[in-house]
Amino acid sequence: MDTCIEKIRTICADLLAKGKVQKVIGFAEGSIPMASRPIAVTSKEDVAKLVFNATCGLNLANYVSDVLPKEGKIAVTAKGCDSRNLVTHMVENQVSRDQLYIIGVPCTGMVDKRKIAALFEDEITDFIEDGDTLTIVSPQKKEKVSKKDVLRHNCRVCTHRNPVVFDVMAAEPVEEQSLDQPFADVDHIAAMDPAARWAHFQELTKNCIRCYACRNACPLCYCPTCFVDESSPQWVGKGQDKTDINTFHFLRAFHCAGRCTDCGACVEACPMGINVRDFTRKLNKDALELFGWEAGLDMEKRPPLDVYSPDDPNDFIK
Amino acid sequence: MENPYVPYPVRIDDIEVATEDKSLKTFTFVFQNPADEEKFAYKAGQFAELSIPGVGEIPIGIASSPVEKGFVKFTVFRTGMVTTHLHNMKKGDIMGIRGPLGNWYPWEKLENKNVVIIGGGFAFTTLRSSIVYMLDPANRSRFKNIDVVYGARSPGMLLYREELFDWEKRDDINMHITVDGTDDPEWQYHTGFVPQVVEKNAPPADEDTYAIVCGPPIMIKFTQPALTKLGYQEHQIIMSLENRMKCGIGMCGRCNIGKELVCKDGPVFTLEQINQTPKEY
Amino acid sequence: MNFITIDKKDWTTGIDKSRETYQVFGPVQDENGCQIKPLAPDVHPLMDAGVTVMSPKSVLFPQTQKMLTATLDASIEDHHVMKPVKKDDTPRVVLGIRPYDARAILLVKLNFDNPDYQDPYWCEAYAATTFVGLGVNHPGPCDFSTSTGCGPFSEEGLDVLMADLDDRYLAKILTEKGETWAGACGFDTRADAAESQSLFDILRKEAEKNITSVDTDQLSEKSILDLYEAPFWDDVAFSCINCGTCTFVCPTCWCFDIQDETKHKTAVRFRNWDTCMSPLFTHHASGHNPRGSKVQRVRQRFMHKLKYFVDKYDQGIMCVGCGRCVASCPVNIDIREVCTIMNNYESK
Ligand SMILES: Cc1cc2nc3c(=O)[nH]c(=O)nc-3n(C[C@H](O)[C@H](O)[C@H](O)COP(=O)(O)OP(=O)(O)OC[C@H]3O[C@@H](n4cnc5c(N)ncnc54)[C@H](O)[C@@H]3O)c2cc1C
Ligand code: SF4
Ligand code: SF4
Ligand code: SF4
Ligand code: SF4
Ligand code: FES
Repeated sequence: MDTCIEKIRTICADLLAKGKVQKVIGFAEGSIPMASRPIAVTSKEDVAKLVFNATCGLNLANYVSDVLPKEGKIAVTAKGCDSRNLVTHMVENQVSRDQLYIIGVPCTGMVDKRKIAALFEDEITDFIEDGDTLTIVSPQKKEKVSKKDVLRHNCRVCTHRNPVVFDVMAAEPVEEQSLDQPFADVDHIAAMDPAARWAHFQELTKNCIRCYACRNACPLCYCPTCFVDESSPQWVGKGQDKTDINTFHFLRAFHCAGRCTDCGACVEACPMGINVRDFTRKLNKDALELFGWEAGLDMEKRPPLDVYSPDDPNDFIK
Repeated sequence: MENPYVPYPVRIDDIEVATEDKSLKTFTFVFQNPADEEKFAYKAGQFAELSIPGVGEIPIGIASSPVEKGFVKFTVFRTGMVTTHLHNMKKGDIMGIRGPLGNWYPWEKLENKNVVIIGGGFAFTTLRSSIVYMLDPANRSRFKNIDVVYGARSPGMLLYREELFDWEKRDDINMHITVDGTDDPEWQYHTGFVPQVVEKNAPPADEDTYAIVCGPPIMIKFTQPALTKLGYQEHQIIMSLENRMKCGIGMCGRCNIGKELVCKDGPVFTLEQINQTPKEY
Repeated sequence: MNFITIDKKDWTTGIDKSRETYQVFGPVQDENGCQIKPLAPDVHPLMDAGVTVMSPKSVLFPQTQKMLTATLDASIEDHHVMKPVKKDDTPRVVLGIRPYDARAILLVKLNFDNPDYQDPYWCEAYAATTFVGLGVNHPGPCDFSTSTGCGPFSEEGLDVLMADLDDRYLAKILTEKGETWAGACGFDTRADAAESQSLFDILRKEAEKNITSVDTDQLSEKSILDLYEAPFWDDVAFSCINCGTCTFVCPTCWCFDIQDETKHKTAVRFRNWDTCMSPLFTHHASGHNPRGSKVQRVRQRFMHKLKYFVDKYDQGIMCVGCGRCVASCPVNIDIREVCTIMNNYESK
């Protein structure tokens, strides 16, 4: 993605130099192998810090509302999913289109860092990306893998790799994937008998430490006070009781229904490697099947749980 | 090993509505085990955790005075979960108190000094404790002049009204009671905000005068310049801070201002100390 | 000091033998890498595990811990009187704890066991625990423990320090507790002290070569207010999502919340880990929040670890350089960088 980063830097330097935007939100190189970090660049000198690579798995839409200036614009680099969350933000009135300058970055997927770490017994000391070839080094060995083989699950099933909204593109669009079975994972869980399904979810959240990184990394979770933090009434207990942990996960998933873009930031952020997308994906599937809806594609349409329509496909509404 | 989290069991002996809007109530507790009262020996300025099993604990300044025996008193503003529950409890109910906690006003240093007490709203609880303590016949001679500036929104919002008016009649304490405003034609005390009353009525500072200030942040903010005008130096201004607390014994980590823990190293600090720490209160 | 040598062939037999006396904790593998957990009777510790995702602080300070209970049933004597819950303070041993985590326990001890108050839950668990450490032969890229007053073979806080020598462990018995543990396992093959010590020294030097260092020497000289008001905090905090992961995985973070719950007629008071990264941590009942913004909270974490603690206890920084927060932070906020910025900061 070398060429795209040069283009991103040029665009940003120009935007900042001409005062068209006050800051650029993008990614910078991390301090350890396989890491990157969100950064706000305000001066032309600092644009060299910007990078874009297969470790930029967080969702930058999460950062825009915090730093919106009173006047003027900010720029943000957006891969397919980030752009869809920017659309969701606009639809939900968190930000308006004219406050943003969107630098669209076509995306060929982000790597699953845990999957890569699992290829090694010792710790990874270097990670080099060259197109689809990743060279990964640890004290014990050096491994070359194809990026395709270590993509995050959400990237493997992504059908919107190109930004859906942008002011400028940092590269030519990439080919979109078409999938025979986009929800195989959900179908697999749905096919379980209830006891097995319950056990699956119990096992899934077994290690949850309730840090809420999944929630905080999620651009949808912008409520000033999340229901888990409410104290009067207190909806959820605060301890490590299974019921309370489950309540958090179930309710969060429902709060994201019809809004989730499956960007994977939640899973990316979770320190315990919990695939919380097992919850949200089912609702994404429902939104698609019941309402023909995928979040973040259209700035003009209200999300399905937000509107009444006389030709709603569901019976209950009639 | 002594368990500092275990509260002493107490019985609610009396509940008094303290203000006309009923948002404050004064609770009198009696220890279930008389021996616990001795263990709970406290000084004016300290606080305790009021502990309602199954509901929670809240830090509350001790409103009774060390010279009052046989009970302890707290005046509580209804605001959230625990305070609302407490307001709904009845005489005779059993709960717990844990403490005494924190430091106290520097009584040793205040000996033979003039003491000016400045309070606003419901932050008058530990100040009441202090006044009762200083006015006790055994203690009064240990202090020089005592001045009190106390203000509330309206006459009905003043805490401990009867006591205030009794003190007003005494000649060993100078009371300056004020309200923000009132339409009561009989009102014979000041009207106006505390900082203004301080500026006009508090004694100017000399080396032997100390001010103790407790009140809402806005009052504190404007009282400081008034005191500075009167010549008070930072080390002569004593304040009690409130931060969100849980353990009250310096373990749970949430109440710090800089390296100071408000629950254990405070809640009483001089302005001089406070000015050396980040203002995270 | 005594050294013993433990043939790896005898290791599991010895550990099984010690289960008569000890509840055994050690690293186990799960979907998320390794964690230190109580070991089921048929499970053995995964001694060559790398840095565990979570630190072993939970052995003494579980994430959720019951403290007191009371009955609310007015027909029962002592209703509404809160009493301590029964604890299990039978002897336990933590196997394979790394030297930085052992130092962390001593730092946490400064909080839970101080001249004014002793936290009985922590202190009694501590008294019941034997720490059998394992030196770090191959430090990872986030390890900076040599800059924090410990290092890959530091002995501080341990009862036994072992070195992995492929086919055997060489163990240095550091305390009476350690001696007792070795006895309970039946490990009694003495090794030559001078020779063993020099082996330890070689391993230590070799390991230390791979550790990055971070300067902390200027921190105590700085003024709290200068650092607090320094201009770099906005940049440091920008990417933070305030998840608190850094404090949950940290072996030295000790903050907790106290909560009450009622089930039927029983009230329970328990504590949970809490974090200064959460806005609720300091939220006043009035709605006022002295640390209401993200940057204030990020600053608190670093100021506590790298300044307030330094000034308050004079024991160095409140960080043992395990690197867990660096590895787990979803946005790659790196305490080594922040420490360097603070250490080098000159106010104008
Ligand atoms: C030293 C000191 C002395 C004080 N003296 C007095 C006094 O004399 N009189 C008086 O009236 N007040 C006094 N206070 C203030 C008093 O402690 C608070 O008003 C009281 O704690 C409010 O408790 P609450 O449970 O009613 O409110 P809560 O419902 O606890 O609300 C407090 C805040 O805590 C948070 N919170 C509560 N529960 C939870 C939860 N389950 N999870 C997450 N967050 C939660 C909320 O964010 C809320 O804003 C004093 C405080 C201190 C520190
Ligand atoms: S990020 Fe992971 S550990 Fe944290 S609350 Fe979410 S699922 Fe649980
Ligand atoms: S882990 Fe990182 S993102 Fe989360 S609170 Fe800590 S510094 Fe912030
Ligand atoms: S601050 Fe980070 S590196 Fe230091 S002890 Fe805690 S988790 Fe380890
Ligand atoms: S860094 Fe934060 S969570 Fe950790 S001990 Fe300090 S105040 Fe507590
Ligand atoms: S209230 Fe727990 S440390 Fe102050």
